[in-house]
Amino acid sequence: MSQFQLEQSPTTGDEVISNYTINFGPQHPAAHGVLRMVMELDGEIIERIDPHVGLLHRGTEKLIEHKTYLQALPYFDRLDYCSPLGMEHSYVLAIEKLLNIEVPARAQYLRTMFAELTRICNHMLNLGSHVMDVGAMTPNLWLFEIREDCLNFFERAAGARMHMAWFRPGGVHQDVPEKLLVDIGEWLDTRLPRLFDDAMSLVVDNRIFKQRNVDIAVVSKDDAVRWGFSGPMIRGSGIPWDLRKSQPYDAYAAMDFEVPVGTRGDCYDRFMVRVEEVRQSARIMKQCLAEMPSGPVASSDRKVVPPKRAEMKSSMEALIHHFKLYTEGFHVPAGEVYVATESPKGEFGVYLVSDGSNKPYRCKIRPTAFSHLQAMDFMSRGHMLPDATAILGAIDVVFGECDR
Amino acid sequence: MSTVLHSAPKFASNEGVLDTLTGALGACVVAAREEYGEVVITVARDRIEDALRELRDNHEYQQLMEIAGADYPDRAERFEVVYMLLSLTRNHRVMVKVCAAENTPVPTVTTLWPVAGWLEREVYDMYGVIFAGNKDLRRILTDYGFEGHPFRKDFPLTGYQELRYSEEDKRVVYEPVELAQDLRSFDFMSPWEGADYVLPGDEKAAAPPPAPAPPPPAAAKEAPKAEPKPKAAKAPAKKTAAPKKATAPKKAPAKPKGDKA
Repeated sequence: MSQFQLEQSPTTGDEVISNYTINFGPQHPAAHGVLRMVMELDGEIIERIDPHVGLLHRGTEKLIEHKTYLQALPYFDRLDYCSPLGMEHSYVLAIEKLLNIEVPARAQYLRTMFAELTRICNHMLNLGSHVMDVGAMTPNLWLFEIREDCLNFFERAAGARMHMAWFRPGGVHQDVPEKLLVDIGEWLDTRLPRLFDDAMSLVVDNRIFKQRNVDIAVVSKDDAVRWGFSGPMIRGSGIPWDLRKSQPYDAYAAMDFEVPVGTRGDCYDRFMVRVEEVRQSARIMKQCLAEMPSGPVASSDRKVVPPKRAEMKSSMEALIHHFKLYTEGFHVPAGEVYVATESPKGEFGVYLVSDGSNKPYRCKIRPTAFSHLQAMDFMSRGHMLPDATAILGAIDVVFGECDR
Repeated sequence: MSTVLHSAPKFASNEGVLDTLTGALGACVVAAREEYGEVVITVARDRIEDALRELRDNHEYQQLMEIAGADYPDRAERFEVVYMLLSLTRNHRVMVKVCAAENTPVPTVTTLWPVAGWLEREVYDMYGVIFAGNKDLRRILTDYGFEGHPFRKDFPLTGYQELRYSEEDKRVVYEPVELAQDLRSFDFMSPWEGADYVLPGDEKAAAPPPAPAPPPPAAAKEAPKAEPKPKAAKAPAKKTAAPKKATAPKKAPAKPKGDKA
């Protein structure tokens, strides 16, 4: 090329800048994990984004095919490690659907309540990091205080702070102490609203925060449907679609709660939808606590749910069941189901194919972030480079789940 | 369908849906069934785009939530591609399936839903199913320069290559996988019911008794142990070894004495 002609740029006056390509990530604090985005920029305007995912691909689905149904459960905690119980929920419901097994009422309420606690826990992290991505430090630290409370509750219920493996096919692993329910009730009435409203008062009407989020990445209703959006992303675009409401599972049918929707479909709306969801989650949890039935926390079907330790001390039958369930595991009738629940990030689905043996033949996990991240290109086209972090923050992406 | 006991998500009733949809799709349909509360329709591979367009435009299945691949190596067309459709207005889900082989491309549905782009890339990456018409059919989840399709049933769980950071070369190096011990895979089928394989050693019982060849000198001392009791020959199996060993010692103690003598 003898005459090197630089492309005319619309953003700069007399300076002529050619398009250039930069790498956003894979090590970038605002990438929320290992995301590499190849960005084509015209000055500071994003022309094209090609997200490269898969840097955290661990082959979870393949590993699950080599484990029994129960052994595969802890893998789900490690998908979206910000909302572990939300991941387990789809999986146990898929198994229960194939087995057609009845879950006792108390287990359903406990699951519902802890799924909502997970939602609060997840949103604390997302709201906080979204705020931090656009420049504010304090609210994140304040919100982590709530998250710390949530993790402590998880620890008291399941023994682990993050990777609980507490939802089990047929119910939950063990009952919660009565004091824990009392403490959660008190926390919902006093500490949560105080800390949360405090932190949000710094953000929601903040001029800088609005400047960074309002009218950024506006997604129309049509686009949200075509790009397979779900969860707060589709609600942010104004479609009142919530699987807890429209396809209720566990105890959600008995719960009274509102589905917040956005009006403009921008990043600010997605943020505010999550803020309101936290309040609605607290409302659901209070109802669960008020109506919490007593009784067993797992199905009494001994071909699926192992007996309690005390029972094994006196019953030979129980000992045999325990041994069989923790070595061979239970067999699931042949068939296939697709079960999707409303995880904090959107529709989290499990397509489970069973061949009648004790291991899943195929377990396809439908991550929420995969579809959302694909839309990153059209959402950020024409926006400035710093807006990419706001858009990414509003997607609420976690790579354990996206890459599987 | 028996009564529903489980508490999995309940969408709108399936009643009549199967007939309506198979009627509307007409000749595209290869098979259709309703099981476990899921409507599953298998359509002809080259008609998948038409079928999904019909479902999207005339039956209100607006959203494509997921495309799942699955591998059934025994079949002539080994792969299944499963499309999960969701109707926001009718609150209903259906699964639409096509079958494909390694060399038979599936028409893309990126023309209907842009979200199909990555979903098809993933199925291609994991199973090697080709989607004709997908303009960006690159690998998505595996490493740059990866070879093979890891979710196929004949791809080993450990893979073929591992990588580590080499202190000498100051870079990441790829090496063939070396395991000190093979991955253990237990089968839990009872040998008395359900196991469809021949236990190691059983093939001797099935085959006509061969003329007793002169055993090689080294194995001569071993041979008499196995032959008198054919059941004991079954023993050196994976899991079944344990119970068999329990019976073996009854005979065994006599032998070593004989050998020594």
